[in-house]
Amino acid sequence: MAASSNNVPTLSGWGRLARPGREVLSEDLERLTEGKVLSRGLGRAYGDSALPPPGELDVATTVLADRILSFDRDTGLLRAEAGLSLAELNRLYLAKGWFTPVSPGTQFVTLGGMVAADVHGKNHHVEGCFGAHVTRLRMRVADGRILECGPEEEAELFWATVGGMGLTGHILEVEFRMKRVPSPWIQGESMRVADIDEFIARLKESGPDWPMTMGWIDCASRGARLGRGILYRGRWAEAASAPAEPPKRKRRKTVPFDFPGFALNRLSIRAFNEAIYRTHVPAFKSGILHPEEFFYPLDKIHHWNRIYGRRGFTQYQCVLPESAGHGAARRFLELLTSRGGASFLCVIKDCAAEGQGMLSFPMPGISIALDIPVDRGTQELVDVLNRDVIDMGGRIYLAKDAFTRPEDFRAMEPRLDRWMEVRRRWDPELRLRSAQSVRIFGDPT
Amino acid sequence: MRVAFLGATKGMGRALARVLAERGDRLFLLGRDVEDMERSAADLAARGEAPAGSAACDLARPETFEPALDAATAALGGLDAVVVTAGQFATQEELEQDVERARELLTVNFANTVAFCERARARLLAGGGGTLCVFSSVAGERGRKPVVLYGASKAGLSAYLEGLDHRFHAQGLRTVCVKPGFVKTGMTAGLKPPPFAGEPEQVARIVARAMDRGKPVVYAPGPWALVMLVIRSLPRFVMRRIGF
Repeated sequence: MAASSNNVPTLSGWGRLARPGREVLSEDLERLTEGKVLSRGLGRAYGDSALPPPGELDVATTVLADRILSFDRDTGLLRAEAGLSLAELNRLYLAKGWFTPVSPGTQFVTLGGMVAADVHGKNHHVEGCFGAHVTRLRMRVADGRILECGPEEEAELFWATVGGMGLTGHILEVEFRMKRVPSPWIQGESMRVADIDEFIARLKESGPDWPMTMGWIDCASRGARLGRGILYRGRWAEAASAPAEPPKRKRRKTVPFDFPGFALNRLSIRAFNEAIYRTHVPAFKSGILHPEEFFYPLDKIHHWNRIYGRRGFTQYQCVLPESAGHGAARRFLELLTSRGGASFLCVIKDCAAEGQGMLSFPMPGISIALDIPVDRGTQELVDVLNRDVIDMGGRIYLAKDAFTRPEDFRAMEPRLDRWMEVRRRWDPELRLRSAQSVRIFGDPT
Repeated sequence: MRVAFLGATKGMGRALARVLAERGDRLFLLGRDVEDMERSAADLAARGEAPAGSAACDLARPETFEPALDAATAALGGLDAVVVTAGQFATQEELEQDVERARELLTVNFANTVAFCERARARLLAGGGGTLCVFSSVAGERGRKPVVLYGASKAGLSAYLEGLDHRFHAQGLRTVCVKPGFVKTGMTAGLKPPPFAGEPEQVARIVARAMDRGKPVVYAPGPWALVMLVIRSLPRFVMRRIGF
């Protein structure tokens, strides 16, 4: 939190685009959320999802409310306060043979945030989104009442909240089902892939045998190499083939200061991507992997967002539906590279069926996520990509977004009206808002 | 270790209780809010050794001390350690504007905490000795502008604990006076964190180790020992000028 020149405190998402805002913390979420317009977890949403709307300063940061309230060793049913982090959950339960049913690419997220963004992971093609495993939520809704909801109780509120970006109420407690794992280690494989078409084919063919898949794409390459990269796939190692001892916690490095603005340019991005591809030797690898290595490679480096310097960055993540046909991903990457949209990191993942969350992001198709350093051309680049996504019938992920225009989001999201209707029923005056909801949904300021 | 723990539900107390429970120490929770203690007991049980129980104990109400310690001793079958992390905090500005509030803070943080410790000390000694771990503060190291009243309450507490250490060490009492620097908890939320601001988990690990070793004074996080060494050695005319 840095203070701007006129002394108004500012707050930002993971992409470091700052807005006026201030975190208020307390162990007592019921008291903390009273009168607040928005809750915030660990601040890993890239854009403005967890920032207050214009005119408001305070957000209720939940991270001190991190108690586990119950855990059933037979069924894996776990209930906890919304500020509990996935990192802590992993530390406590992985060695005991339990893991979250769905994990995003970082463990520095809270349970509340995982529900609000209805996060997905490498196993989306098998387990769907996190919300599919949530059995109950305790919430404070806009009129101040505190209530419980779930798939069988106040189901509309529940499914509007799963993926609802915290706009239907403050999430106070989360109950969900953990999964048993045979060991805390991953049996993994990774391989070089020559181009985007091979990538998609490999993702599809890996799906039935590998419950976890994803790929990294070299976005700096064009032509015949367009979409080349490395495919990763894994499953939990059986106890017999895994090391006997539990994985040690990885030591983390940190980026100690903001990189200067010129550090990330087209050349350095190209060199970095080339190096990742070239140093994957041999072209095919197989073995037992540390779970943090497999699930959270970027968590190894604290504050990695500082490499983008003070100008910050955004992530563009969209899903291109199956209905858009075979060449959709290739066309999208061609459009990106022709626009010079160099991306430091580009992640590809195949998604299966849409979840029940009314605004949940994934749909059957291919998800592509790009990190884009912010400059004067970013808005235009996002607009161009969005138009392509709209044409194909796809959509973008709100938890990453900072630039999508309201008319474009509406064009992508036929489910928006239904969600808005439920939201208005619980919050007629739209008291609960974020910087993002004002920008994209046109909420009052 | 069998530990009666006053203040395990929030902040550094929550973090320390977790460290102790995760390594298998058996706790008995003491605190004001019984319902909140039940939630913390569930949290501790999910992480490690389940607490043996809990009882109401309020530093503002000395009549609760004896029954609470009775319940803890009975449930644990004796006491090896007593931990006190509870206490009040308010900014200097708040306390200056409300003398009654200041009097209450001084009473709770000093007089009543000492009264609680006297009872705990007697029980530990009656059982042949044990550890009395109490959270004071670096604010008690020296009279300073931003913490005149809060600091005075903690200075008194630190002095008491030092005396206790000298008087009863030979009989087996180990006092651990914890002097946290700025730690990011609900208590300090809203204040601007200075350099060397710590996390409660970090403090908890340091304190657990100090309890094992019977270290009479512990600064946490570590760099605060140096910061306070400097502050203690500053001449008065310098202290009068700086805002720290």
